Formats: sequence, C-alpha cells, structure tokens
Amino acid sequence: MIATHALAAAGGNSPSIPAPHIEYGQLSPMLVVFGAALVGILAEAFLPRRLRAATQLGISLAGLVGGFVAVVVLAAQGHASTRAGLLAMGSVAIDGPALFLQGVILLTAVLAVLTYAEGRLEPRINGHRIDAFAAQAAAVPGGEQEREATREGLRTTEIYPLTLFAVGGMLLFPASNDLLTMFVALEVLSLPLYLMCAIARRRRLLSQEAAVKYFLLGAFASAFFLFGTALLYGYAGSLRLGEIADVVSGVAPVTPALAVTTQNDALLLIGLAMVSVGLLFKVGAVPFHSWTPDVYQGAPTPVTGFMAAATKTAAFGALLRLFYVAFPGIRWDWRPVMWGVAILTMVVGSILAVTQQDVKRLLAYSSIAHAGFILTGLIATDRRGVAAVLFYLLAYSFVTLGAFAVVTLVRDSKGEATHLSSWAGLGRRSPLLAAVFALFLLAFAGIPLTSGFTGKFAVFQAAAGGGAAPLVIVGVLSSAIAAFFYIRVIVLMFFSDPQPSGPAVAVPSALTATTIAFGVLVTLGLGLLPQYFLDLATKASIFIR
Amino acid sequence: MHLAYPAVLAVLLFSVGVYGVLARRNVILVLMSVELMLNAVNLNLVAFDVWLRDTLHAGQALTLFTITVAAAEIGLGLAIVLLVYRTRRTAAVDRVTALGDRHEADDPADAAEEKEQAAA
Repeated sequence: MIATHALAAAGGNSPSIPAPHIEYGQLSPMLVVFGAALVGILAEAFLPRRLRAATQLGISLAGLVGGFVAVVVLAAQGHASTRAGLLAMGSVAIDGPALFLQGVILLTAVLAVLTYAEGRLEPRINGHRIDAFAAQAAAVPGGEQEREATREGLRTTEIYPLTLFAVGGMLLFPASNDLLTMFVALEVLSLPLYLMCAIARRRRLLSQEAAVKYFLLGAFASAFFLFGTALLYGYAGSLRLGEIADVVSGVAPVTPALAVTTQNDALLLIGLAMVSVGLLFKVGAVPFHSWTPDVYQGAPTPVTGFMAAATKTAAFGALLRLFYVAFPGIRWDWRPVMWGVAILTMVVGSILAVTQQDVKRLLAYSSIAHAGFILTGLIATDRRGVAAVLFYLLAYSFVTLGAFAVVTLVRDSKGEATHLSSWAGLGRRSPLLAAVFALFLLAFAGIPLTSGFTGKFAVFQAAAGGGAAPLVIVGVLSSAIAAFFYIRVIVLMFFSDPQPSGPAVAVPSALTATTIAFGVLVTLGLGLLPQYFLDLATKASIFIR
Repeated sequence: MHLAYPAVLAVLLFSVGVYGVLARRNVILVLMSVELMLNAVNLNLVAFDVWLRDTLHAGQALTLFTITVAAAEIGLGLAIVLLVYRTRRTAAVDRVTALGDRHEADDPADAAEEKEQAAA
C-alpha cells in the first residue's frame, strides 16, 4: 500500500521518460559487428572444437565485410555529407569523419583477421595446424597442461569474438557525440585488447607481461579520462559535445547553478586536460607513450599489427571530434599545449627509435613518431587539417598492418626472429620479402611515390596553412632522423652478409599473402594516384554538431 | 551543502588513488588504487548532478556506467594478474621487467625465453 503510494507520488512528480528513438539503419555498421561478435561467442560455446577455427574466421569476415558494406551504403546515401546527423538521441554522430574512419577500421580489421588465421608458419603438431595464439591461454607456460593442450592441437579461437568486440568499440569511438558514449566505447575497445595481448603461443611470459603493463596503464589512463569527464560535466552541465561547446562559447542559456560552475575556468581547463590525457594515452603520444614499445613487442605479432593500425585510427578520430566539436571555442588554450605534445612526440619517437635493436620495438617507436606527425594535422584546426589527418590514418594503417605481417614471416627455431641482427642479409635470401619490407619502411619514412609521402605532405601543408610553421620545421627535421633508421634497416637487409644460423622466411598461405599484397597495393596506390582519396578525405572532413 | 565539500573530497580521493598506483608494488593494491580513482569520479559526478539539478540526470547515469565498467575491468584485470602470478609466483609490478629498453648483451627476450624452454 505504502509502496504503491510512493510509486504514484514519484510518477506524479518526475517527468515521464520518453522512449528513445534509435535509428537502427544508420547505426548498422556497429550493430552488424557486435551481432557477429555475439554469434562468435555462441559458436565458441556450442560448436565442436575441430570446426571452431574455420567457423570463427567465417563469422568474423562476414561481420566485418558486412559492416564495411553498411558504411559504404550509408556514405552513398549521403550520410557523410548532406544527410549527416545525430543518432540515438544525440549520443552518436554520423558524419564524414565518422564514416571515413569506420571504413578504414573495418578494412584494417578484415586484413588483420586474415593474419590471425594463418596456420602455415608454425610446423604442424600431430597433424594439427597451429597459429600464433596459445594452445590454452589459461595453462601455465611450460606446464603439463600446456603440453597436453599443444599435443591435442588446441587453438585459442576466442581471439575472433574478442577482436570483433574491440572493432565494435573502435567504430563507436570516433562516432561518439557525448562523453558517456565515448567512455563506453573506450572501454569496449580496450578491454578485449588487454586480453588479446596475453595469448601469444611463443614467448608467453613476455606476452603476459605486456598484458599486465597495458592493462595497468590503460586502467590508470581511463580513470584520468573519467575524472576529466566529471569535471567537464560539472562545468557545462551536460555530457554532449555540442552542448559543452555552446557553454564554452557562451551561447547556452545560463541557469543559476550553471552560473556558479561556469565561472570556474579551472573545471574546464583541468577537465579538458585530463580527458586529453586519456585519449593521448590511447594514441601513444609522448609523455604517455611508455606502454607502446613493451606492449607492441610482447603481444602476438598479428595482434600488434591490428592494435597499431586500428586503435590509433579510432583514438585519433575521437581526439579530433573532441577538439573540433566540443572545444573550438578555447583553441587558444589547448593549441599551445598540443604544440608541445606534438613536438615532444615527433622528436622523442624518432630519436629513441634510432637506438632500437628489435624490429617490433623499432616499429613501436616509429608509431610514436607518426602519432606526432598526425598531431600536427590536428593542430591546424581547420577543414584541411581534418582531411589531412583522415588521409594520413588511411595510409598509415595499411603500411603498419603490412609491416607487422612481414615480421611474422621471418622465423627461426624459436619463433619469430625479431632481433635486428638476424635480419642482416635478408635481401639475399628472400629478395621479394625484403623488397616488400623495404617499401613499407620507405613509406614510413615518407619517400615520394609512397603513401607515407602524400600523408606527410598533407599534414604538414595543413599545419603550415594553419599558422604552425615552426611545428612543420620540427616535423621535417624529425622525419629526417626517422628516415635514418628506416634506411639503416634497408641497408642491413640488402648490403650485409647473412648470418649462417640466421632465420628462414616462412612461406605464408593465401591469408597473410593477401594482407601483405593489399598493404603494398594501398601503399603504392596512395603514393602514385592519391587524388581520389585526398578528395574523399576532403569531402569527409566536416564534423556534425 | 556547498559544492566545494564533495568536490574537494573527490579530488583528495583521486589523489590518494594516483599515489597508490604510482607507489604500490603489489598489482592487487594498484588495482585497488585505480578503483579508488574511479570512485572519486562517481562521487564527483553525483555531486555535480545534484548541484546542477540536471533533469536528465546525465551524471547519475554515467555513474551507473562507471560502476559497471569498473566491475568488468577489475574482473579482467584479476584474470591477467592471476595468469602472471601462477607463472612467476609473484604479484609485484617491479619484478615483471623482462620487456624494456636494454643493451644487446643481456637481451631480455632471449633470457626469458630460455627460462621458458628450460621449464618445458
């Protein structure tokens, strides 16, 4: 009786909650991928072991390709330009940058999943093909349980649904239009990645250590992101990026409570700084980069390739949306800080890369340097800057994925031979592979006729046009330093004698070969005929508010 | 009650959490410190929500999300920590240092791997 009364009173006083209007059609890229992930979990639970690997690969490819088709259809219907809008009660945006980056993420994920399924690199065990992932992730390395699981030819097929969940989060991340959605997307993309780092088949101790480091630092960074979110909410009274922008620029109506909090600029500036820390961590910008080399080195190489390409794309998308949609009004406050971060990132990434002796660590430091180059495009704060960043992310994703796929092929008896000394003379043993890797390195270095040159030219041009000429000079100088160590690897591969006990180059199946071929194709395509994709990126460069 | 009290309390709680993450060696204690930071966020969000009289209660909604995500995160974190503990018999962060920038002479990757193979 009393309960009924209380309920009635509550219902009478509070405004009724309207049923939310959800545009399922326009959210379909994410829904397809999440749906495929759920199907993957069911397959994991109900299918017999011998069918799982093939089925999971099929489900993942179907989900990712389906998602990509949905992105293309949405873009063709004009959702990237004229019909751009806010979905799901304003919490998700569908516009040019969101669709462009979703397309890039889905394509890289398709290619990454192909490298996951590669079963030709390791020798067969009892007639079973095995892949790069632990036979049984929970077994203690070197223990009886692990030996038994290896004998039976088990595989960790859970990697596929985990990847799909991570991809779902990555699709949502650059499209999220409020800080709550952004936080949920951040966690949905990070949590599976922490696990995926831990399940390498070889060097399991290093792999687990990478997972611990990534997890602890990632959780620390997302706590910063959240605290910043809370402060921004306190400042603006809303989590929507558009409404925060209104409050920042002073066009929003002021309530008495808001009048108190908006007086306090500390809330705004500290809040923005802490949210940026969370995002810059995911991007791998200095001084939040320390996890990158360790995690890239320890994680299974196909996962490293996926993580390096797709996470960076998603995180830069979110960073762009945050700065361009919510905080254009205080750009004179955040731009100097981002200048500092960009300079530090370019210089530290390039210089530390010179001293590396491990290919995976070298690529990790090079990814840090590239994060710096992309940040220069972000600092341009105009449409050309957005277009340049979008194009750079497209170019960079495929080069990275291809480079890490090549790393999986160079092997000795202990697995992948990642130490640089063992890559000496690779050009004489396997000229084709060395030539492909050299092409990727030249693209990283930004040599003309590769995609890397076009991307770098675009971001530097945008930055110079946006009044950041000194930044461009630093960028070009650190490109020169970076070029030094890329060329050093090329010289090592082609002009030094192979070690007698050096690694062999494994012959991949069509899966990894497709990934590498696609990487080469995109690298050359975007280098020789970039105009179509530059136009596409320019057309996609307007954020909806 | 003025907004300053819960806000200052939240900042203090967050700082304790940051100190814990940076100073503690045991992974479990580091995880607890992260939880402390997240709870500081929750306190802050609810306080702002009440102060701003937000009709949509965005702050409280985010608090619910934070609690849920924190639970998922801690479950996953403990799984990873357990995996490492079972192999190494230690949960100290500063003992887990096989990866890192070193010289060639004592290449950590090879050392850890040899240990692994010796165990096998």
